[in-house]
Amino acid sequence: MKLSGIVIIGAGPAGIRAAQTLVAYGLQPCLIDESLRGGGQIYRRQPENFKRSAKALYGFEASKAQAVHATLDRLQADIDYRPQTLVWNAEAQSLDTLHDGVADQLPYTHLIVATGATDRILPVPGWTLPGVYSLGAAQIALKFQGCAIGERVVFAGSGPLLYLVAYQYAKAGAKVAAVLDSSPLSAQTRALPALLGQPATLAKGLYYRGWLTAHGVPVHQGVHLQSIQGEQRVRSVRWRQGEQERTLDCDAVAFAHALRSETQLADLLGCAFSWSDLNRAWLPTRDTSGRSSVEGVYLAGDGAGIMGADAAEMAGELAALTLLSDTGHQVDAARSTALQHRLDAIHRFRHGLETAFPFPEDWAANAPDTLTVCRCEEVSAGEIRQTVEQGHWEINRVKAMCRVGMGRCQGRMCGMAATEIVAHASGRDIASVGRLRGQAPIKPIPFGVEVDQ
Amino acid sequence: MSLPIEVEAVVIGGGIVGASAALFLAKSGRRVVLLERDFFGAHSSGVNYGGVRRQGRPLSQLPLSQRAHAIWGDLTNLIGIDGEYLRSGHLKLARSDKDMAALAAYEQASRGFGLDLQLLDREQLRARFPWAGDVAVGASLCADDGHANPRIVSPAFAHAARRAGADVYEQAAVSEVSHDGHAFTVRAAGGQTFRAPWLLNCAGAWAAALAEQFGEPVPMRSGHPAMLVTEPLPMFMDVSTGVEGGGIYARQVARGNCVLGGGQGFALDPATARPGQAAILDILRNAVELYPPLAGAQAIRTWSGTEGYLPDREPVLGVSSTQPGLLHGFGFAGSGFQIGPAAGEALAQIVCTGAPSIRLDAFSIQRFQPISQPALPTAPPATAAPAHAENVIPLFRGRSQP
Amino acid sequence: MALLKRLAEHDREVLPFTLDGQPATGLQGDTLLTAVLTRADALRGSDFSAEPRAGFCLMGACQDCWVKLGDGRRVRACATLLEAGHCVSREPGRTL
Repeated sequence: MKLSGIVIIGAGPAGIRAAQTLVAYGLQPCLIDESLRGGGQIYRRQPENFKRSAKALYGFEASKAQAVHATLDRLQADIDYRPQTLVWNAEAQSLDTLHDGVADQLPYTHLIVATGATDRILPVPGWTLPGVYSLGAAQIALKFQGCAIGERVVFAGSGPLLYLVAYQYAKAGAKVAAVLDSSPLSAQTRALPALLGQPATLAKGLYYRGWLTAHGVPVHQGVHLQSIQGEQRVRSVRWRQGEQERTLDCDAVAFAHALRSETQLADLLGCAFSWSDLNRAWLPTRDTSGRSSVEGVYLAGDGAGIMGADAAEMAGELAALTLLSDTGHQVDAARSTALQHRLDAIHRFRHGLETAFPFPEDWAANAPDTLTVCRCEEVSAGEIRQTVEQGHWEINRVKAMCRVGMGRCQGRMCGMAATEIVAHASGRDIASVGRLRGQAPIKPIPFGVEVDQ
Repeated sequence: MSLPIEVEAVVIGGGIVGASAALFLAKSGRRVVLLERDFFGAHSSGVNYGGVRRQGRPLSQLPLSQRAHAIWGDLTNLIGIDGEYLRSGHLKLARSDKDMAALAAYEQASRGFGLDLQLLDREQLRARFPWAGDVAVGASLCADDGHANPRIVSPAFAHAARRAGADVYEQAAVSEVSHDGHAFTVRAAGGQTFRAPWLLNCAGAWAAALAEQFGEPVPMRSGHPAMLVTEPLPMFMDVSTGVEGGGIYARQVARGNCVLGGGQGFALDPATARPGQAAILDILRNAVELYPPLAGAQAIRTWSGTEGYLPDREPVLGVSSTQPGLLHGFGFAGSGFQIGPAAGEALAQIVCTGAPSIRLDAFSIQRFQPISQPALPTAPPATAAPAHAENVIPLFRGRSQP
Repeated sequence: MALLKRLAEHDREVLPFTLDGQPATGLQGDTLLTAVLTRADALRGSDFSAEPRAGFCLMGACQDCWVKLGDGRRVRACATLLEAGHCVSREPGRTL
């Protein structure tokens, strides 16, 4: 097995398939992952002493999850696998890592960046209260810890994950008080033709939806979530549907509007970014074979645009095949082409999802001045608007002036929302407001860190 | 192409030096245009450490720095915001007897300039600043030095200049500068053209090109000090600190974050920079011995900027040696934040009265030229033919160890 | 006063730990977040208004779940497994 100088960042479905492909061609990559046991988020593995079956955890995706996990387990003998390791900085040919309090540098010749995604958050008044979590968090609580986020949970926001997590909670015996979808039913009806492009995925979505209704879970559409109320923790939610305003008692809320890509390392690596209307975000540019704009750096999975777990597996394999071909190996070109075709089909399906679960473009206009947008720095929508009134409109400039995005999370939770408010307040096109610059460390690192010499 | 707008002075560079020059010119009733390539105070003036400090400067800078101290004392009146400016004191730590001796020598040499330095031995240091690490054997305290928030202070100078009547432009890179024997013509990216007898080159790390264009090249190089900020921490540091002989300097802001500097970064492109990996790790490993309460704290962000350094680490400030009407104010070697407003004021004084109130000989651009070069008159020509001046040998001021 | 509700995986080894100096228990395989929030309803106070926070993303991204351990280390509760004997302390935050 040849020590290769190839490093894969992220052991989710994309990273694992990339590693598997490289090993199949006789190379030994290094696979770095921040989490405890790999698998990414959607296929996150439960702790070793947990006993639930894959079916209980992953439902219809059980066999895919098991296959990904089994692949990682098998690969460990053939690769340099580094779990619980954070890549906090990247320069040309060198990564900065942190593992168990020790900082180290890892040289590389080629890189596959498979950093995945987080929930995409449009804040709502009260969202910092204990008991409020993202949809992904609610799913992790259940899948990874066997817990519900509360006794009476309201699910809100939009996107396929909304229905999936609500369904998983109800099936696991949690009380789901309501599902509040910001998308109107008409949007989902309109999207049906495009969604038929991936019939199995569509069928699953309809199944979750139907199951919830059949089991008495109230599902409301075209909902505008107005606030989450409570003093020290969640007590109720208030929402509006058309002309009607409703209040619902609950002790936990999970919400999000689809996902956002983790692009900080691609940024630090100097990758070129371009605006994606579909993702409503700046993303590192990726050609149809998985190459970034930087020679030797490849991008795979949700970290370069949200496409889902199936696409991530394909993109990981494709990026590895491209890397192999670029470095002079004979690869199965037909396989690369087949993967590209399947990814194209999924891309078309994603457009359908965007139609079914449209981004609420009126969010910024409706956000009250008192809304906390940046939860790390406690910066309100009103303060952001004031900064725009003073003449600032470029997002990094707005950050410098009012501190939005300056906290520990580096704008992961608030960056999109802040950009929406700036665009709306300044009258500028959303893309022209720019994107928050990546800065090392991409996650907090401690003083007194030991250094591996 | 639009007709040139006639003004008295064009200032190139919207950092703290250029913006304060524009502000003081506007307050004196002069028609002034300020042109900034990016956003006001977005570069070195906005991303520096934030120290507002006289202590440690070469003696040659102390008169100007002392004048700046008075300007800072009136900051809110001048720019409309307090800029988080605090006269917290500046505590310069010594890690060895040799370093302590250097601090004592500086204290002696700088007497009479108004710094009122107090030397603290190990016991006094521990008594007053118990959070300082054991590695410090003593310190020198300048009680009236302090720190501010450069991100908001520097742009505020430009906004104050606008309120005082200056025409200020952002996103207005200068594409061409020329002189026809009477006045400068300056063309900006947006298509506007300006014509003025005075041109102030306050373009920071990018000012050397303009100096070279007018026949007075300077050996300026770019540097990129590495900066780091922590998460909010319980308040423990009530002064801004530095270290004799170099090292990691730190200050804690009211929100609790500690800002630290030390080491170097590298340029990503001519206008942006990042800290180097080694510099970041260096700060993380070595800051705790100087500032023990940082143990266990998290660093959440690092950044760098682009500073201009001349070989003697003094700025170029004052009249051009080749072109009447051209003034320079650049190359502050990472120490321009505190002194910047006085530098800008001095340039404004040259325009308004012909000379600065504080002598700028030590910062003359002439020091980079062969001794035989003749000096030229300061002011732009009133008639077509410039007056002929005599040979002048530049004077070199002595200075103490920084 | 708990936030999280255990639905499954009840049959696990009990691990003793302390929370703000008081004895507490969790289960083997719990993260610190789970161990704390199955008996309490906050992990920390916010930095500028001391309002209660209990994490948000559960995947190490939001940086809202920092707690302190007995050895002075600060860790993200969602990404750190509970060990027997952990001394977990919650930071009260600050009002500016």
